[in-house]
Amino acid sequence: MNARFRAGMRAAVPFAIAGGLLATSFGVLARDAGMPGWAAVLMSAIVFAGSAQIAALTIVNAGGGLGSAIGAAALMNSRFLPMGVAIGPSLPGGPARRAAQGQAVVDASWALASDGEGRFDRDVLLGSSAMQYVTWVGGTAVGVIGGSALGDPETIGLDAIYPAFFLALLIAELRESRAGQAVAAVGALIAFALVPVAPPGIPVLAASLASLIGLYVRRRPAA
Amino acid sequence: MSTGEALALIGACALITAAIKGIGPLALGGRELPTWFSSVVTLMAPALFAALVVTQALADGKHLGVGADTAGVALAGVAAWRGASVITVVAVAAVVTAAVRAVS
Repeated sequence: MNARFRAGMRAAVPFAIAGGLLATSFGVLARDAGMPGWAAVLMSAIVFAGSAQIAALTIVNAGGGLGSAIGAAALMNSRFLPMGVAIGPSLPGGPARRAAQGQAVVDASWALASDGEGRFDRDVLLGSSAMQYVTWVGGTAVGVIGGSALGDPETIGLDAIYPAFFLALLIAELRESRAGQAVAAVGALIAFALVPVAPPGIPVLAASLASLIGLYVRRRPAA
Repeated sequence: MSTGEALALIGACALITAAIKGIGPLALGGRELPTWFSSVVTLMAPALFAALVVTQALADGKHLGVGADTAGVALAGVAAWRGASVITVVAVAAVVTAAVRAVS
């Protein structure tokens, strides 16, 4: 375990705590959707993608079919396509080894591993994801086991944690560059415009196109 | 949900997630980055996170609307901008959202 890995673990602690709370509400949702408790924990352990898991179980809970649930999870995860393209050149090893390391990409780890210059630190990524993995799987177990004591996660505002989590990541990015502020505004507008007409997940994937503004912006050092 | 259905859902989600996360690193190797690529990559995070905030805070399926969580997230944003830690930011979001729900 090297110093960069440990630095990634430390930097991820607040995100891991927030993720653990979110995982608890996922555990409650999975139980409400009729999924066996062990299966909910297994899903967190091998899928490890919060928004996709929540999207899939929300559909099952609303009486939708498994096909739509799987499709929703895939669309929700589609943002990992551009993230994977971004991080690919920074990963060592051959194609199979890079694809394996790419499995560690989750939102906060990807952002923490970025050096702001287009490259990513592999060890920070792995350390950060390891920390979040523990609380994600553990939080799911807490939700499954203690969910009935917790009641409705919305009553205690747990549903607001996810957008707040992304807002914290976003604001850290906005401090980095002026161009980032413009791109965030365009990305938000793209998402806003597409929500009423596109299936969930697509507005976020499409918003990543706002980063193409980078082709026209002369890069300047962080202010 | 039967055990078989649960396992089918989990298996399919796991395979699709692995494929989506793996394809970029599989295709793009450890090479020197052209300048234009770095410029686009550094701006991907603000684009994606802004869109995630919009969709998570304002959208319910295909419906756009303002709810108790919108108020919570807005105040959490103020806290984040003023330099609060991530833990404080998510705590503000949850507490404000719960408070607005409690009184409405």
